[in-house]
Amino acid sequence: MAILVNKDTKVLVQGITGAYGGNHTRWCMQYGTQIVAGVTPGKGGQKFEDKVPVFNTVADAVKQTGADTSMIFVPPPFAADAILEAIDSGMRLVVCITEGIPANDMIKVRRVLESQTLTRLIGPNCPGVITPGACKIGIMPGHIHKPGRIGVVSRSGTLTYEAVGQLSALGIGQSSCVGIGGDPVNGTDFIDVLRLFNADPDTDGVIMIGEIGGTAEEQAADYIKREFKKPVCGFIAGTTAPPGKRMGHAGAIISGGKGTAKDKIAALQAAGVKIAPTPSDLGTTLKSML
Amino acid sequence: MNIHEYQGKDIFRRYGIPVPKGVPLTDPSGAKAAAQKLIDETKNEVVVVKAQIHAGGRGKAGGVKVVKGSEAAQAAANEIFGKTLVTHQTGPSGKKVQRLLVEQGLAIGRELYLAVVLDREKRRLTFMASTEGGMEIEEVAAKTPEKIIRVTVDPAVGMQPYQGRQLAFGLGLSGDAAKELGQVVTALEKIFMQEDCSLLEINPLVVTKDNHIVALDAKLNLEDNASFRHKEWDALRDLSEEKQVEIDAKAAGLTYIQLDGNIGCLVNGAGLAMATMDIIKHYGGEPANFLDVGGGATKEAVTTAFKIILTSPSVKGIFVNIFGGIAQCDTIAAGVIAATKELGLSVPLVVRLEGTNVELGRKLLAESGLKISPAATMGDGAKKIVELVKGA
Repeated sequence: MAILVNKDTKVLVQGITGAYGGNHTRWCMQYGTQIVAGVTPGKGGQKFEDKVPVFNTVADAVKQTGADTSMIFVPPPFAADAILEAIDSGMRLVVCITEGIPANDMIKVRRVLESQTLTRLIGPNCPGVITPGACKIGIMPGHIHKPGRIGVVSRSGTLTYEAVGQLSALGIGQSSCVGIGGDPVNGTDFIDVLRLFNADPDTDGVIMIGEIGGTAEEQAADYIKREFKKPVCGFIAGTTAPPGKRMGHAGAIISGGKGTAKDKIAALQAAGVKIAPTPSDLGTTLKSML
Repeated sequence: MNIHEYQGKDIFRRYGIPVPKGVPLTDPSGAKAAAQKLIDETKNEVVVVKAQIHAGGRGKAGGVKVVKGSEAAQAAANEIFGKTLVTHQTGPSGKKVQRLLVEQGLAIGRELYLAVVLDREKRRLTFMASTEGGMEIEEVAAKTPEKIIRVTVDPAVGMQPYQGRQLAFGLGLSGDAAKELGQVVTALEKIFMQEDCSLLEINPLVVTKDNHIVALDAKLNLEDNASFRHKEWDALRDLSEEKQVEIDAKAAGLTYIQLDGNIGCLVNGAGLAMATMDIIKHYGGEPANFLDVGGGATKEAVTTAFKIILTSPSVKGIFVNIFGGIAQCDTIAAGVIAATKELGLSVPLVVRLEGTNVELGRKLLAESGLKISPAATMGDGAKKIVELVKGA
């Protein structure tokens, strides 16, 4: 079952003809993801890898192929427009990999997302979503994953890989892994993903990886305390990060004394989340809770 | 990206926000003439000489002088220019004053605070105002949070006149000042969106004795992600305000932030880079930097990263922590070997590789004949580098 994506998910790729988008699309196809269409304005009529039809607009692609999910590799200046086009075409799920979209563009996109209920956006600035063994939408290395019953949700790409690698090495498989992205304004938050894991009969526990900046982890802690029924192992990156400095991710910044790792860890612990003592102990900490 | 107060005020002027008359200087010798010009124009002997650095708290550090007459202005300029100001935002080494702003003096009635920020919880712009002008907003928020008025903007319709009134009357304004505040907030919203700010702050926003609104300060942070649509930002950038090594790193596509410790870190991915600093600290070491070589770490990027880490004389060891997903471990290993040879690396080096082609990568490192300590996990690597640096 898992969450968000499965073997029946029909994916179209916005920005399929770029070098980066093309390579990752190929790797997704090799993993077994159903890539049914590509969209690059002006390149409609071409075929990607001699089999995937390319369209000028998302609307055309949906009409011809029945795609329900979009993966976006469009460069930052055009990415907000690409997300809005996907929402307008009634995509169920939009996964935006693009890093570097201006926050002001995302404020507008977020407003549009909130005015409808059909489309869920994952990202931007994220590795994507994977249901191991069934469907990979994004840039994560497929081979480190193993089908199973643990959910992973994270703001960071490589830290997600770290968690997944540790789980797989311990023989613990994953139901789905979701990267929600490192930007201050995104489409889906910890709470949204936790709700899905809570309702998923095929998920037994969750690893949640947060980082400094914002209050998404504190809100998640609130939700976990109130409603979440499964064990959660957590980690917050940035205990040693200096305030006022943007630590790589646009959203990873302690400003005005807010968004510190200490506050987030305290909130999660108060909600019953077991915090891994180091990022090298994510797998063993989760295992100890099963 | 940060810009100077005088540059921010130029933008304010373009959008119709009242600011004092002023003259920016890169050479203090022009202060007397600048002050005289202002005195002639305003028929007011009082002028203000302000240090232009990318940090707040200038007043307390002696970077702002209110004086009478052009001779006194020149003396103040001579005193401030070239001085190193240490404020709560500059760090202990401070910032050297290389630009000045000479401004007309004003008869101030009240000092207010007004800012526009991105409220991350609401994902919308929020105006924050308070009657405690001149104070740090964090301090007001901690001591008297009820004194902060917040108004959130719906991006579908933008700032509405009633919201301007909420702010104006909330601040106790009346007459001309209330009306002008409405115009100021409308202009600020436009500036934030059109000029792509990440923060806009006026502290203080003053009400003059004759009840008019003037922005006495202007702090604008510009959003780096939007630089592709603002070619004019190149001219606003003051490179002397930035650390050379951080500029070099950015040019090479790396994100580098210098810290105070002695263990250099070379990592792929921002989250893993932060977590690597954390785990070094956990095992009793001190990270010397944050460094993200990016998801697709190439041989060249790795070499540049080593060079940048080694610019800090306090580095006594380096920990390479790579989880190769897309980046292949053998490529990274080749980069590490090339950089070690090219730079004649003399400090201990611990390398942890994981992911695609990991066996090949580890084999390359083992056969290189170089003194590289391999680590099986991130925890193992962190422990090793901390021990090696302590033993050295």
